[in-house]
Amino acid sequence: MKKIEAFIRHEAFEPIRAELLDKGFPSLSIVEAKGSGRQKGIVEQYRGSTLTVNVRPKLKLEVVVEDKDKPLVVETILKHARTGEVGDGKIFVLPVEEAVRIRTGEGGETVLQAHEGSEMPA
Amino acid sequence: MKTKLGLAVIGAALASLVLPGIASAQGVSETLDAKVIELDMVWVAVATVLVFLMQAGFMFLEIGFSRQKNAGTGVAKVLVNLAIVTLAWWALGYGVAEGGDGSEGLPGNNFFGGSGFFFHFDQIVAGEAVTGSTAMLMLFGLAFCAVSLAIVWGTTLERIKFGAYVIYAAVFGAVIYPLIAHAVWGGGLLSDIGGKPVMDFAGSSVVHLTGAVGALAALLLLGPRKGKYDANGKPRAIPGHSMPLVGLGVIILWIGWFGFNGGSTFETSASFFGEVMLNTQLAAAAGVIGASLAVWLKSRTLDVGMAGNGAIAGLVGITAPSGFVEFWAAPIIGFIAGLIVVYAVLAIEKLLDDPVGALSAHGLAGIWGTLAVGIFASPRLIVEGAGPGIWYGIFGDASFSTAIGQLGVQGLAVLFTFVVVFAISIATFALIKATIGLRVSDEEEEAGLDISSHGMYGYPEQFIPQPEYSTGLPPAIGAPPPAPVAAPAQMTATESR
Repeated sequence: MKKIEAFIRHEAFEPIRAELLDKGFPSLSIVEAKGSGRQKGIVEQYRGSTLTVNVRPKLKLEVVVEDKDKPLVVETILKHARTGEVGDGKIFVLPVEEAVRIRTGEGGETVLQAHEGSEMPA
Repeated sequence: MKTKLGLAVIGAALASLVLPGIASAQGVSETLDAKVIELDMVWVAVATVLVFLMQAGFMFLEIGFSRQKNAGTGVAKVLVNLAIVTLAWWALGYGVAEGGDGSEGLPGNNFFGGSGFFFHFDQIVAGEAVTGSTAMLMLFGLAFCAVSLAIVWGTTLERIKFGAYVIYAAVFGAVIYPLIAHAVWGGGLLSDIGGKPVMDFAGSSVVHLTGAVGALAALLLLGPRKGKYDANGKPRAIPGHSMPLVGLGVIILWIGWFGFNGGSTFETSASFFGEVMLNTQLAAAAGVIGASLAVWLKSRTLDVGMAGNGAIAGLVGITAPSGFVEFWAAPIIGFIAGLIVVYAVLAIEKLLDDPVGALSAHGLAGIWGTLAVGIFASPRLIVEGAGPGIWYGIFGDASFSTAIGQLGVQGLAVLFTFVVVFAISIATFALIKATIGLRVSDEEEEAGLDISSHGMYGYPEQFIPQPEYSTGLPPAIGAPPPAPVAAPAQMTATESR
């Protein structure tokens, strides 16, 4: 199992989410992140003074998938998150040791499977 | 010491009131007449302050309905518009609206007034020398003009260029609003249609419909916000960031409306303003109920924003009839206005992106309020020459044809307001669009107007990380090492037990 962590622009999230759902990966998490990188900070004007804020708002997207699905998910993120400008973000892939579905206690890669059609909550 | 001084002042005031009376009875009545006018103006002053407070109501209502990235621009917009419309009204607008109607040798004509420009003290306005009372009434008129202008921008949130405010506010305060105010209240075209005056007590059409028509013109040239409609043209909700701010805005507007309608009596005699204010309250309450019921029937939820829109619609609806209808009619007018606003918001949203529902709450409810005068106006309260509402033609002993005639006159006021305001507004906005541009770039719209137009965020601290408040901070370089913190004895004892 692999965990894919992607730092992306806010506006990239919705198309990524839609396409991952389409391809059978409904489970993901996002965290509002603030970070600094090669992209410059935001220069604000406040009551006539200049103020530089050196962190920018980004989203951190987290998805855990089976090893074989990793390229598909990475590709999907690249497709929608890349604008070619500085500040598009980064993708990290980490190994995952274990996964447990809390409701049933079952473990292993079945946890990563989407629910069966009948089981899918509305 | 203070009390003695106070007594002396009161004594002097009483003496000035009584002493001339010792000289002659006529002197007393003249002094009393003057005092009555002064008392009236105190009421107008109170009402003026309440109407200016409505600017805060519009500010919070619109900011609450905007996304967080467009929160700061709403503050700048209200302040700058209020400033520009003030100077425009002082220089030109007041003269156009109130500077005489050309009758009996007065300056001006049926379309615009001809005196009172660059309002100053040694001036004759519409045949009368300027006094403190004239200044008070001029300021009251400005407060109304500013409310009307604030309504215009409801449809334009989150995407309009700031420069558009500056240009349109000047045209609006100098020409657009004054033309309508002159037609209805300044002795112009609509004050005498075949002998019948249009009855618009505080401005359902003069103020609210005027603002909403300006809003429509702006919206038609501006287009919807990015993301409002999906690929199939279906509207999507773009939720605002603070319903508590919306609620605060609605309540401030509601309170301000007591000055708006109540102050339009311009006088204190028989405490008639009390009747007007009670009508105002009854309609606002019924507007909340009407809109809440309508949205509940539609979606089985009590929508917070719609309840607020309902209050505004009820208030707009009662604005024209507030001084002409009996207490029983006010809740009916407000309730219907509340129903109108819900169905209109849902219908308009399919075509036009109106983030706060200004077209419905001010436009359609304004039309309804103007026509409601022709339905419910009581024979006891109507102005000289006007017909009562058709209610009294059907269920009362008023002449039915007179009543229908009055309803027609009210309809003409709606039509006149729409045509004049729309024509000048669309021309002004087209000119703005052709020169400086009306809409910000896509990139600026996505980033939000706060950072792109004003260089800052409405909540400026949101991206500035705050230092933790903790004793575990690393010591500053060069600073002496912190003294070891003694563990509280009692806690240690408790933990070890």
